[in-house]
Amino acid sequence: MSILEGKKVIVIGDRDGVPGPAIALCAESAGAEVIFSTTECFV
Amino acid sequence: MDLENQKRIKELTEEYGAGNIVVLLGAAEGEASGIAAETVTAGDPTFAGPLTGVPLGLSVYHVCEEEVKAEYDPGVYDEQVSMMEMVLDIDEITDEMNSIRQLVVKH
Repeated sequence: MSILEGKKVIVIGDRDGVPGPAIALCAESAGAEVIFSTTECFV
Repeated sequence: MDLENQKRIKELTEEYGAGNIVVLLGAAEGEASGIAAETVTAGDPTFAGPLTGVPLGLSVYHVCEEEVKAEYDPGVYDEQVSMMEMVLDIDEITDEMNSIRQLVVKH
């Protein structure tokens, strides 16, 4: 069963890891709808 | 996790329902992934934000985990994430994510 297709996705990117916009594009390519995207500094 | 983001996640979960939401993380290492994952499942482990004591039980994955990676357009992933993936310790992140998911995820 698909994890992402048709789901609402919340993206918590990381300034030192993978940034929010990059994750959002991946999620959208899997058929998900991004409802919130941010890029944090986890420190 | 940022307190303002915790507030937004709480509001969005109330609006859309926990079972319809998946959280994707981009944290740089296992510990940070685990803290973020715990925040959106069991509640804020640092007892600082609006999700303290609020077990949302959301589905949560790191963007580089195999289960979700298999669902992206490979070209998009290559362009957007693969460079970072090379410098991340994916095994450590995956172990941490699995341990949090086994403990608490409801949806």
